Amino acid sequence: MAVLAVIWLFPLLWALYNSFREYSYTQTNGYLSFGGWTLDNYTEAWNRGNFGLHLKNSLLITIPAVALTLFLSSLVAFVLARFSYRFNLTLLGVFLAANLLPPQALLIPVFRMFKEIPLPAFMSETGTMLNSFWALILVNTAFQLGFCTFVLSNYMKTLPHEIYESAELDGASVWRQYWQLTMPLVRPALAALATLQVTWIYNEFFWATVLISRGDKYPVTSALNNLRGQFFSDTNLVAAGSIIVALPVLVVFFALQKQFVSGLTLGSTKG
Amino acid sequence: MTTATPTRRPRRQRARVEKRHSGRDRLVIGLMIGVPTLLVVWLVWLPAIGSVLLSFTKWNGFKFSAIQWVGTKNYVDIATIYPPFWPAIRHNLIWLVFLFVLPTILGMLLAVVLDREMWGSRFYQTAFYLPVVLSLALVGFIWQLFYSTDQGLINEVFGSNVDWYGDPDVNLWAVLVATAWRHTGYIMLIYLAGLKGVDGSLREAAAVDGATEVKTFFHVIFPVMRPINMIVLVIVVIESLRAFDLVWIVNKGRNGLELISALVSQNVIGEATRYGFGSALAVIMMVISSVFITIYLRIVFREERR
Repeated sequence: MAVLAVIWLFPLLWALYNSFREYSYTQTNGYLSFGGWTLDNYTEAWNRGNFGLHLKNSLLITIPAVALTLFLSSLVAFVLARFSYRFNLTLLGVFLAANLLPPQALLIPVFRMFKEIPLPAFMSETGTMLNSFWALILVNTAFQLGFCTFVLSNYMKTLPHEIYESAELDGASVWRQYWQLTMPLVRPALAALATLQVTWIYNEFFWATVLISRGDKYPVTSALNNLRGQFFSDTNLVAAGSIIVALPVLVVFFALQKQFVSGLTLGSTKG
Repeated sequence: MTTATPTRRPRRQRARVEKRHSGRDRLVIGLMIGVPTLLVVWLVWLPAIGSVLLSFTKWNGFKFSAIQWVGTKNYVDIATIYPPFWPAIRHNLIWLVFLFVLPTILGMLLAVVLDREMWGSRFYQTAFYLPVVLSLALVGFIWQLFYSTDQGLINEVFGSNVDWYGDPDVNLWAVLVATAWRHTGYIMLIYLAGLKGVDGSLREAAAVDGATEVKTFFHVIFPVMRPINMIVLVIVVIESLRAFDLVWIVNKGRNGLELISALVSQNVIGEATRYGFGSALAVIMMVISSVFITIYLRIVFREERR
């Protein structure tokens, strides 16, 4: 087990190790050597990869997308958990299946549709949904809704029904039951899902690659695509670039590991 | 990569008779499900229908008036005169089998071992789980440190001179190993979650009966995990069908790395925009995945109804 764990950690550690070494040193002494310490790879990767811009882009896509996903899915989840309509299962199916469809299968209509949808200049410099953050925010939200709805509605179903009965006696409207009663109680589930969604949407590659074609609009993941050509001749630069890109999610992961794991296991344990 | 695992939770009594809602409440409920549903229908279900319709046409993607109905010609062409199609199918299948044979089984075994709260269990879990938080595109990047022809670790250690990402004979396997690095931890976590649901007393009872560890696993734990096994099956199939990021970052899905998902993309954002043809490929993906999505939904709904 220990050996296997070390093997698993090795690629990341190897990247970390070589990201701090000079290219010329590793060229003359080989990669199995020790020494040639430097921080230059980071400054160079940062500047050449324009990571400041791309990280900002990722942030501008990820945060609204996660917020929107959690908000919309909690609405649906609340209705699914609180009321038993006959269409409940169908509705859940509509969301969950959307979550599982291969995104490539929907690429052409979505791509073409976004090309047709005009946006005012202050929302998108190109004047259409293509190449705008709005496109990515909406697409990511649509795809993630299924998973979040499912988890949240399961979580909400574990809340005691009595609280709603007394709320109804007090004459609380449906909206108040949702916003003031349910939402504060599902905060743990929201936190877990938020952690998970931040990493997923930050990591999302496919839509970011096909819906954005302007280099200055790329989030970090699809920016990697362009860097490949520039970086692949210098492995130490690749290493530094990889660490820069990995750092935000690694920080999230280590800071919120509990949330992360519980996000995936939510609702799958008894009781 | 987003999948939900089914719940086990005791049956709950719920007042089946709902109070009549006021008009305002009804409007609120309508909006609460209406707005998210519209978003999903607009961006997922309408495009899905669009793909099916376009797959029977020929269209270069410019004027709507240029759309020509061609019947099943695209499908016939794909199967007969489109060179990358059969390699892509083969690669997707290899991808699927490989994911099952190596990372899935390994992930399951790891979960079974780590479930027993051994010393350092948390550390091991973190180690295996770490790659899962990285994007597949980044995984491809990181593995370049091993696969590079002149600067890669593998070639340096073994004195070989293989272009692991470039040589069409080996690059599929190189990419698969990188995928496995990430996939194993994911499967492990799903099983760990599932195993937490296994009643501890079952295992104790088996131990009292003198069953060995191996026997307990196959006769007690494995059958209880059946719903999880099905979920994992669906996840693995869907994952191998929509595998895309890695091959795209390596060489945009050419030269030994053809996958259906990459072929679809090549027909839209590549040099030639053949929307009808690309849609037909997309529909093939959709049909395969819908079989497994149906299986998945049936499991989830069975759990829901209990």
